[in-house]
Amino acid sequence: MSSTRTLGGSAQRPITIAVLAMGGQGGGVLVDWIVDLAEHNGYLAQSTSVPGVAQRTGATIYYIELFALSHLSAHANGQTRQPVLALMPVPGEVDIVICSELMEAGRAMQRGLVTPDRTTLITSTHRDFATLEKVVPGNGIADHHAVLSAAQKHSQRFIQADMQSLAKSSGSVISAVLFGALSGANELPFTPTAYEETVQRAGVGVQASLKAFAAGAKVVAQALAAAPLVDAADPMATAPQPLPQRAASAAVEPLRLRIETQFPPHAHAMLGAGLQRVMEYQDIAYGTEYLDRMQAVYSADQNAGGAARGFAATAECARWLAVAMSYDDVIRVADLKTRPARFARVREEIGAPAGEIVGTVEFFHPRLEEIYGLLPPKLVRTIDGIGWVRKLLTLAIGDGKRIRPHTLRGQLMLQAMAGLRRWRRHSLRHATETEHIQAWMDKVVATLPVDYALAVEMIVCRRLVKGYSDTHARGSSKFDQLMRAATLLALQSDAAEQLRGLRTAALQDAKGDALRAKWVQLGLPA
Amino acid sequence: MAERSFAAEVQQLRAEPGTVFRGEGILAVTKALLESGVGYVAGYQGSPISHLMDVLSDAQPILKELGVHFEPSASEATAAATLSASVMYPIRGAVTWKSTVGTNVASDALSNLASGGVTGGALIIIGEDYGEGSSIMQERSHAFAMKSQMWLLDPRPNLTSITQAVHTGFALSEASRTPVMLQMRVRSCHVHGSFVTQENKRPAFTLKEALESPVRDTSRIVLPPAAYLHEHEKILDRWPAAVRYIEEHQLNEFFDGDIDDLGIIMLGGMYNNTLRALMAHGMADLFGNSRLPLYVMNVAYPVIESEVLRFCEGKKAVLVIEEGQPEYHEQTLHTIVGRAGVRTTIHGKDMLTMAGEYTVTELKKGLAAFLDRYRPSALAQAKPLAWVRKPESASAVPAAAPVAKAPSTQIAVTSPQAAVAAAAPLRLAAPELNGIVPPRPPGFCVGCPERPIFSAMTLVQEQLGQHHIAGDIGCHLFAAMPPFHIGASTMGYGLGASSAAALNVDASKRSIAIMGDGGFWHNGLTSGIGNAVFNKADGVIVIVDNNYSAATGGQDILSSRADNTHRSTYHAIETAVRGVGVEWVRTVRHTYDVTTMRNTLNEALTTNYKGPKVVIAQSECSLNKQRRVKPQIAAAVKRGERVVKEKFGVDAAVCSGDHACIRLSGCPSLTLKNSGDPLKPDPVAHVDDGCVACGHCGEVADAAVLCPSFYRTEWVRNPSRWERTVDTWRRKAVGWLQQRQQRALQARSLYVEVL
Repeated sequence: MSSTRTLGGSAQRPITIAVLAMGGQGGGVLVDWIVDLAEHNGYLAQSTSVPGVAQRTGATIYYIELFALSHLSAHANGQTRQPVLALMPVPGEVDIVICSELMEAGRAMQRGLVTPDRTTLITSTHRDFATLEKVVPGNGIADHHAVLSAAQKHSQRFIQADMQSLAKSSGSVISAVLFGALSGANELPFTPTAYEETVQRAGVGVQASLKAFAAGAKVVAQALAAAPLVDAADPMATAPQPLPQRAASAAVEPLRLRIETQFPPHAHAMLGAGLQRVMEYQDIAYGTEYLDRMQAVYSADQNAGGAARGFAATAECARWLAVAMSYDDVIRVADLKTRPARFARVREEIGAPAGEIVGTVEFFHPRLEEIYGLLPPKLVRTIDGIGWVRKLLTLAIGDGKRIRPHTLRGQLMLQAMAGLRRWRRHSLRHATETEHIQAWMDKVVATLPVDYALAVEMIVCRRLVKGYSDTHARGSSKFDQLMRAATLLALQSDAAEQLRGLRTAALQDAKGDALRAKWVQLGLPA
Repeated sequence: MAERSFAAEVQQLRAEPGTVFRGEGILAVTKALLESGVGYVAGYQGSPISHLMDVLSDAQPILKELGVHFEPSASEATAAATLSASVMYPIRGAVTWKSTVGTNVASDALSNLASGGVTGGALIIIGEDYGEGSSIMQERSHAFAMKSQMWLLDPRPNLTSITQAVHTGFALSEASRTPVMLQMRVRSCHVHGSFVTQENKRPAFTLKEALESPVRDTSRIVLPPAAYLHEHEKILDRWPAAVRYIEEHQLNEFFDGDIDDLGIIMLGGMYNNTLRALMAHGMADLFGNSRLPLYVMNVAYPVIESEVLRFCEGKKAVLVIEEGQPEYHEQTLHTIVGRAGVRTTIHGKDMLTMAGEYTVTELKKGLAAFLDRYRPSALAQAKPLAWVRKPESASAVPAAAPVAKAPSTQIAVTSPQAAVAAAAPLRLAAPELNGIVPPRPPGFCVGCPERPIFSAMTLVQEQLGQHHIAGDIGCHLFAAMPPFHIGASTMGYGLGASSAAALNVDASKRSIAIMGDGGFWHNGLTSGIGNAVFNKADGVIVIVDNNYSAATGGQDILSSRADNTHRSTYHAIETAVRGVGVEWVRTVRHTYDVTTMRNTLNEALTTNYKGPKVVIAQSECSLNKQRRVKPQIAAAVKRGERVVKEKFGVDAAVCSGDHACIRLSGCPSLTLKNSGDPLKPDPVAHVDDGCVACGHCGEVADAAVLCPSFYRTEWVRNPSRWERTVDTWRRKAVGWLQQRQQRALQARSLYVEVL
């Protein structure tokens, strides 16, 4: 791969450039710069675009053709022969493709604009997720690895970097970084100075633009020294930190030791994360409860021949049991909203220096169910029958609360709510959740010796239960449905695979259309 | 105030004659209008000619200097009727709009204009919105030219040809007393190129002179018996005059080629891409030298019979390149050749696709078919059609030739998801990315005040069940896309309410119709609201009032709450609606208040009141607002004034990763990120830097009782001394409470760092 191929175009054909950008990314500015650069440096430039409705968040394709004035020759009659320039990129005939986002690079490839005999592909690798990726209740994010490796395959030269973050750190916009990358790529017959002069001529935000431009130009050199192109890790997953050598609190040390000595090593990190979560959530005793339950699963795992399967059941259960035991409630939310680390994060998010006055307004809107959840079961049974109490409570909740944790009043309110932790074990919600968890664990333990893979799937199904109010209810009902499916499928040889299919379907849309379809497809009773 | 300012660019309109003018197509057209001595210009905005209106609007000082009158018309019909100033007076007038939608609206006036004929040159510049990126149904303006007997120019897509067409358009119009349409394709409107300028001219005869010495002539009015005579006049006088002018001034172009028994006839607008396709076959060079003779019709209508016959002389076959359907030119050429007894075979839509845009790839295919039939040897020497691939992948990939899609599969689309999929381009290359690269249909902007209206509508439907919702043209049509999936029809600009007209019978549910403020003033006030009052409709009409004609680029309209030195604004929609007899009107002045929006819609759908119920949802277009407000805030901060800077955020630890908020909002700024929590593998919601703190996400989470992870950050810039004191005190107290809590947390912690 040559790093210094310079396209000059020829007397026979122009230099062709396609720019794919999303609305608001300054694709038009980038194109204007390229045109200005060419026109000031001895080239004819023609650019076109098809914005249409794509001006609103959709994607726009711009197309530029450049032709050296030096290649113009005169007719017999003395008139200069003008080149006839095309108005749209032609698959297979594009020299440079510039994309302001990774999936736009994918789109350029799908259109055949990127070809290995000719095209230099310059793209930002950052993601601006499309709506269809975002609305999925689970993880609907497109596979960026596929696009990156396709880019390497389809392009002659591939220049990639997270240009969005470079733009941000330069206090400028992505178009300036891309312009820098184009300069650094050294594909066009123009000097870096000529590029910089173009930015200066534009006269808007010149200093920031030049800084971003320089960052973009430098990226190319770094990309050529290329670190591994495709990062194998899923960008949306976080690995747990390793189990510490000693617990931070002496009181927790026995529990840490218990993980270290009584559980398989590769589950240690996740067990640590799980233990931390449930103790933060409730107390050390709750941590003991967590490990007791885990112990039961682990011994069932051992008996079921889990060693041969790397104790997959124990490893998965370490995560999902912790999630189940730390079910989302008002107490936990209040606790999280009062943490000092969160205050720092909020400041960082808006870029406010330490001395500045920064506060937040929190949107709380518990339903009557959430209030009931906090009370002891007996009390709920008593008062729920009384109309005026119900009315009074509903009135008290009203249209929700706006709480400001940076004020003394707000902080006290939230800490008081978080303090309800001490009564949590006696609440209606806790009783319900514990019962639910126990039933689930019992089923898992009972299934392990019969169908190990199915038991693992049953553990992972817990992923469906999340959130508050309606979201929680929706997830729980799907989870219960899958547990029912597990029972129905129990004796089939591919039960685990089928349950996994159902779970994937359940995470595809909120209304459960995909799950229903899959359910019917598997011939399960309604 | 329009979305894009051309204040700097319009200075080029003053360029000295003989200057090389560099710029966009629409700016070049404006310059050519001034060079032509135009007396008045009008039009209605819409892609791809929105910017032409914006340029004219920003050029008002220059227009005034030259004595040119400009007005943004109420609709395309108004614009077309405006041209009647050129019927009796020798004044050149030009109007512009998006076609074919605008031409549909204008067609009544156009028919009358064309029947009586004109004295001053009348030029209609139409933005032919056909092909990729088009926002309307795919039709051709050509039909209008034919039926009303107006001439249609389709110049080669370079600025020299386009500006020349403006000049010749006026001259042709005057020579044949006929209005002339100048067609600008999408890419020509936005093409950046250059041409050499001429001198700007003041109109020879002014509107003032016309007003002060009026003239009338009954024979020019479309009334019998004059109307009947017009029909003959069009054919017997005006047509021959036009043909004469076109021939004499050589508006169409002939290019020789060495393969002289074959030829290509094409519309001017198709020239550049056809040449590129010929180049690919080795049949032409970059400078327009073609081995096949070319006849380029810069005048699409009328077709000049003598020129066609001259071109076809001695030719075995010609290929007609004409985009879209029906194949008007092909049919005409068959007639001409057949009547003359010429034995040239005419090919066209048998070798090129009947429907859809003629991309270079499509043209390459058509030319290959033509050459393969008549001169395979020429094709054999040419470059291959397919692009070069890496050898190892060559066998795995099917032939590069794209497969034409039957139109029926596109019509059968039912779900919005399918519509999104169908809107995506044909997937030819990189098949390994099929199903991976997500489609990116247009949607509401960050902070858009329309999004909460549709969130509210979603919530109302969750309560009251699904309703029939009639959509309209405008940004609000994006509600049809994910995540809202709202809107069952779109019948035309301002026709939201009227498209629910039939659904006015006793039923347990009412219809909902949506209309934008742009559509409302365009025609919706009469066609929708007046109609609903008169016919005692019982449905609900939601008028989206965002201060501007937002979808076309944020132009001012009657109800704009903005000062405009040239126009009269601040005319409230509510007053107009009450004026035509609507009794039940609710105006929501802050659409971001999803709860109020939801309750208002709920009330409209459930009230006992019989009759049309109009909900006016009023908040300023975010694009315009940000452009207006951002510099003001920055300046205020700089001046040291107290400003509270707001942004929304999501607590990753609290967010459940279910994304219900995104399904109810769809804000581009509301996105996803890694939860940062090993226990939470699903990505969590995240508000990115694009947030303009409209508050919609928080409101929606609150109204739908979703989750408490949303918060609004308030950063007080330039606080008062008192605020600083309070803040210091607060921080101490809150900090002490937090430390206390942190110690308790540490006492039950495995890790040193607790977040």
